[in-house]
Amino acid sequence: MKKSVFLGALAVSGIAAGAASAATLEDVQARGELNCGVNTGLVGFAAPDANNNWQGFDVELCRAVATAVLGDPDAVTYVPLTGKTRFTALAAGEIDMLSRNTTWTFTRDNDLKFEFVGINYYDGQGFMVPRELGVTSAKDLDGATVCIQTGTTTELNLADFFRANNISYEPVPIETNAEAQQQYLAGACDVYTTDASGLAATRAAFENPGDHVVLPEIVSKEPLGPLVRHGDNEWGDIVRWTLNALVSAEELGVTSANVAELANGTDNPEINRLLGTEGGLGEMIGLENDWAKNMLEVTGNYGEIFERHIGENTPIGLARGLNAQWTDGGLLYSPPFR
Amino acid sequence: MSDTPAHSVAFVRETPIPPADPPATERGVIKWVRENLVSTPANAVMTVLSLVAIYWFLALLVPWLLNGVWNAGSIRECREIMAGSGGGCFAVLTERWHQLIFGRYPTDQYWRPTVAFVLLFVALAPVLFQTVPRRLLIFTGLYPFLAYWLVWGGSILGPIFALAGFAVGYIAYSRLVDRSFAMGFFGGVLAAIVTWWITGFLADATGNVMALETVESRDIGGFMLNLILGTVCVSLSLPLGIVLALGRQSSMPIIKWICVVFIEFIRGVPLITLLFVANVVLAYFLPPGSNFDLILRVIIMITMFAAAYIAEVIRGGLAALPRGQYEAADSLGLDYAQAMRLIILPQALKISIPGIVNVAVGLFKDTTLVSIIAMFDLVGMVRGPILASTDWNGVYWELFGFAAFLFFVVCYGISQYSQWLERQLQTDRR
Repeated sequence: MKKSVFLGALAVSGIAAGAASAATLEDVQARGELNCGVNTGLVGFAAPDANNNWQGFDVELCRAVATAVLGDPDAVTYVPLTGKTRFTALAAGEIDMLSRNTTWTFTRDNDLKFEFVGINYYDGQGFMVPRELGVTSAKDLDGATVCIQTGTTTELNLADFFRANNISYEPVPIETNAEAQQQYLAGACDVYTTDASGLAATRAAFENPGDHVVLPEIVSKEPLGPLVRHGDNEWGDIVRWTLNALVSAEELGVTSANVAELANGTDNPEINRLLGTEGGLGEMIGLENDWAKNMLEVTGNYGEIFERHIGENTPIGLARGLNAQWTDGGLLYSPPFR
Repeated sequence: MSDTPAHSVAFVRETPIPPADPPATERGVIKWVRENLVSTPANAVMTVLSLVAIYWFLALLVPWLLNGVWNAGSIRECREIMAGSGGGCFAVLTERWHQLIFGRYPTDQYWRPTVAFVLLFVALAPVLFQTVPRRLLIFTGLYPFLAYWLVWGGSILGPIFALAGFAVGYIAYSRLVDRSFAMGFFGGVLAAIVTWWITGFLADATGNVMALETVESRDIGGFMLNLILGTVCVSLSLPLGIVLALGRQSSMPIIKWICVVFIEFIRGVPLITLLFVANVVLAYFLPPGSNFDLILRVIIMITMFAAAYIAEVIRGGLAALPRGQYEAADSLGLDYAQAMRLIILPQALKISIPGIVNVAVGLFKDTTLVSIIAMFDLVGMVRGPILASTDWNGVYWELFGFAAFLFFVVCYGISQYSQWLERQLQTDRR
């Protein structure tokens, strides 16, 4: 908390210094490249492959914005950032947007002067236990030893959860996820707790993933989303509606396979507005009218991106869960394109 | 009765008895084993324990190496091939070796850093070995500019103009230094700056001459980045450290206090803090949009850090010299620069070699800290992209073992060289 206040103060001074470059859209177009901040490496979300091409769920959003703004999904300069350097890089103008599994919180939004433009992944803290323990609910974990990363919000969430349910636990503090994997596999703790997506990725790396189960309880809210600097609402709108277009496209059944066909005109006026054959929505945010069509051709809709990088057919095997469309019982709910 | 022995006794040995072999327990392997392994009951126990430990270690290591899988597309494929044989998944090294060595450097340009690396040894040879022809020192002087051009690319005129600045500065220095050292020094600096300023316009006008494809600093990574940082920072911090050490002993109060404050401040701050300053905080003090190269920032910080430590090591060497050496230099009528160059520093530096090498090896390993500020050096590459890929998440021992191996080779080489150098310079009464 102290640190975020300090970084916040730095961020404010950075904003004051960088106020001259408010028109991010023009900057990006003049540069011909989108500077996108990504994770230095998070399984399924962002990592360069063997040919140094960035891949992942968060990376697709950079590609989508680059396609919408510049018409070229590869016109992106990826700036890898750690948890410690990400906010200063954004505040100092080193990057145009941050797409790096960042939790939307009050202080980050207001104290650090950033604008979260939406949520692209609803995460939350979960528990993983060996299957042989026969535990089916986190409430059965009375007296368990729990591997937990120190100095994170997960530590506090864990204490809250166990106190609220009036059960006891013994924490085993660990430093990194890699250490946690080793400790958990070596039996130093009965339970490993961290964000559910992280648990899934960790479990996927095990030799026998089937021997471990992720419990159904999610004990915290971790809404992850892309963010931009305060002070340039036009640019924020572009990133926001790029994300909304990906979500809406899935809801409306527009995929990378059928988008070219649908762009010739359909009976559904919302699809027509989304793909730019009606309404002229693109011009309102300073882009071409067919921006969403170009983007969807490249990246596909939200569901396609999810399935490609972290979905059930990948080794990570995340279920849609909260990240399903609102029509399927999830939380994804894009405002209408109207 | 004859007096000759031949007649007085029945038998006289005329040739000596051939010496008998020592008893079986006092020779050969058995003796060695008795003396070294089981000389006392306590040692015997230790020997058995050590053998068990060695066996246990090898039993883990050998199957891991021999059953290793070198060809697979992912850790899951590895596990399928191994089917529980306990081998290592070295396929990650065959698939990602280029990222471990070169980072995100463009694949078709790998020859450039490779050439620069080979030439590094040519450039270092005359510095490290007295027997190498002295003329090669010219190449050593040119090497930094050549290596910059090879690794970063761009027009060759940039490095040439930079070199021209140094040349002009040196000429001005040698013209003026006769009058006074200060005049020569400042005259040289001024001449160099003027040259750079003028050639700056020329470089804009002439465009790309013999241009190699430009490579961004952020694409430079892997072990190459560790080597670049290590070599550059060690070679810059050594002269800076000498200057600081001499400055700290200076009788001029301002110079002395600048050096003391610098050394004590830098030594009082962890390197990681300096790196964070370089990466994060500097961005706020620079005008927006100005892009001060990150590698350059890191080089400056690591150099300052290493220079402070080297200065203290050299100060130790200076303090260890007997007072008589200083007085002898004075009595010969040498001025300060001559006394230092001819009498004091050669001896002080020789005493300091182990300490300097210690700092250099430590510094080289410290370059892995840049992974924390999101630079993809060898460790950053392992921790970030490779362990975060869906294919290789979960492969730890093989990757970190490989990293440790690379560092061991270099650090052990440095250490062996320094021991050899100490023996070469062994001229004193020991």
